[in-house]
Amino acid sequence: MSILVYTESENGKLKKAALEVVSYAKAVADQMGTSVTAVAVNADNAEILGNYGASKVLLVKDDSLKAFNAKKYAAIVDNAANNEGAKVVVVSSSADSKYLAPLLAVSLDAGYVSNVFEAPSSVSPFTVKRTTFTNKAFANTEITTDVKIVGLSNNSFGLVESGGSASVEDFSPSLPDSGVNVESIDKATDKVSIADAEIVVSGGRGLKGPENWGMIEELADVLGAATACSKPVSDLGWRPHSEHVGQTGKPVASNLYIAIGISGAIQHLAGINSSKVKVVINTDPEAPFFKAADYGVVGDAFEVVPKLIEKLKAFKAANA
Amino acid sequence: MKILVCISHVPDTTSKINFTEGDTKFDTNGVQFVINPNDEFGLTRAMWFKEKQGASVDVVNVGGAETEPTLRKALAIGADSAIRVNTEATDGFAVAKQLAKVVNDGGYDLVIAGRESIDYNGAMVPGMLAGMIGANFVTNCIGLEVDGTSAKAIREIDGGKETVSTSLPLVIGGQKGLVEESDLRIPNMRGIMMARKKPLTVVEPTDASAETKVVSFEKPAPRGAVKLVDADNIDELVSLLHNEAKVI
Repeated sequence: MSILVYTESENGKLKKAALEVVSYAKAVADQMGTSVTAVAVNADNAEILGNYGASKVLLVKDDSLKAFNAKKYAAIVDNAANNEGAKVVVVSSSADSKYLAPLLAVSLDAGYVSNVFEAPSSVSPFTVKRTTFTNKAFANTEITTDVKIVGLSNNSFGLVESGGSASVEDFSPSLPDSGVNVESIDKATDKVSIADAEIVVSGGRGLKGPENWGMIEELADVLGAATACSKPVSDLGWRPHSEHVGQTGKPVASNLYIAIGISGAIQHLAGINSSKVKVVINTDPEAPFFKAADYGVVGDAFEVVPKLIEKLKAFKAANA
Repeated sequence: MKILVCISHVPDTTSKINFTEGDTKFDTNGVQFVINPNDEFGLTRAMWFKEKQGASVDVVNVGGAETEPTLRKALAIGADSAIRVNTEATDGFAVAKQLAKVVNDGGYDLVIAGRESIDYNGAMVPGMLAGMIGANFVTNCIGLEVDGTSAKAIREIDGGKETVSTSLPLVIGGQKGLVEESDLRIPNMRGIMMARKKPLTVVEPTDASAETKVVSFEKPAPRGAVKLVDADNIDELVSLLHNEAKVI
């Protein structure tokens, strides 16, 4: 019995979240006195998982699996878990992993807890801590089934290099019919996605109009950040819905979240408050966001943001 | 087409979150409950199928009698009838199992649930339900069209969206985008009056034990006050982010 971890890749390259889930699985394996087996699909650099604690990688190479399919991918992880006799399966909190995990929970007859952000506080009984009530509380949750699935919040555990190496084995389980077929994918390939970003720069109604987003994009560019927006901004059509973060939009769990001209309505804060460090720039010192932020600047975004861009450029140049 | 919309009865976003019984139970005292926002987008899309394609729309909740006002609200918005499975919603698996029985008994073609509830945020019930009943499944769904037994859906993915084709029976994990915020309906007096006469059937639960259990809840430590930086001293902000927060 090992710990099995599902590692995601994109265009053949393992994602950062994949390294994080392996780091986490290694911590669980150490607690349970066992080893980590990773399963990956069409990853060209699978051997790097050894450095984060995997001793074996089951690698599926199949061109028909280029586009993610929850049912097929769940079957791959299910097969791998059964092959390895895994008692614990670890997945990330990406859109794809959260799509796959409930299907896997049913096929493995495994209890599943999502949004976990710490190593288990105990492995017998198996108890993990997760966020709940949209990050307003934590729940210490026991999984009572024989096989357990842990969904790890992105950016919560970090990467831990252990300097090991992994053997990579070809894996070709039989796959079910897909049931759901991808017709087209519409994805900006040159931009950091909100889910993968370590830094997110977000703009609100205080920016007065879509024509003023140039400086938001420039700031994001300097920081290598993703751009996001508040709900009113997406409702007004200033920015695409895909950038809307908050309770009914995308969740954000970045290391740094910079809110510009966003007052901080409770629905907005609910979606972003698992970000580690929050900076708010707003003209109104009474804006509720100041109560939820770590750093704040009371000032006009049109003066503060260009200055911040300039200072960051100088900082980057000095630290390059 | 027979549609079932799963309705979670959740505390309004502005609710104070407290716990009782030694931090093991959510304190509902003084809390206003609403239809889970992600479910409401799905319910509104279901109304469109009812009005344009002649679908029937039932709503279901797994919970005690205290959730009935939330189901009545769904009826006031336009659902035809409501089902309440009379048991406590203990975990995602147990809820999915109850729903699977309702779907199988009712012969539904399309089940629309929210991608996640805004209280427990598990994001697992729709997928588990699909797995249990062997239906197709699309979550984070921001667009849905049904033609006969074929369906076209748009799924939000990290960094974009994808269009998929699939077929009924189908389970959807819905969210904003299925309909827009401006499409949501506030029940009018006529709807509220009609809702009182619509059937709300209470069914007894099937055997389903939970696979997870909350040992205790905790609240995050209160955060320190915001550190204000003068707008004329942005160098300090950069320095704090680098040296203190260590995020750049």
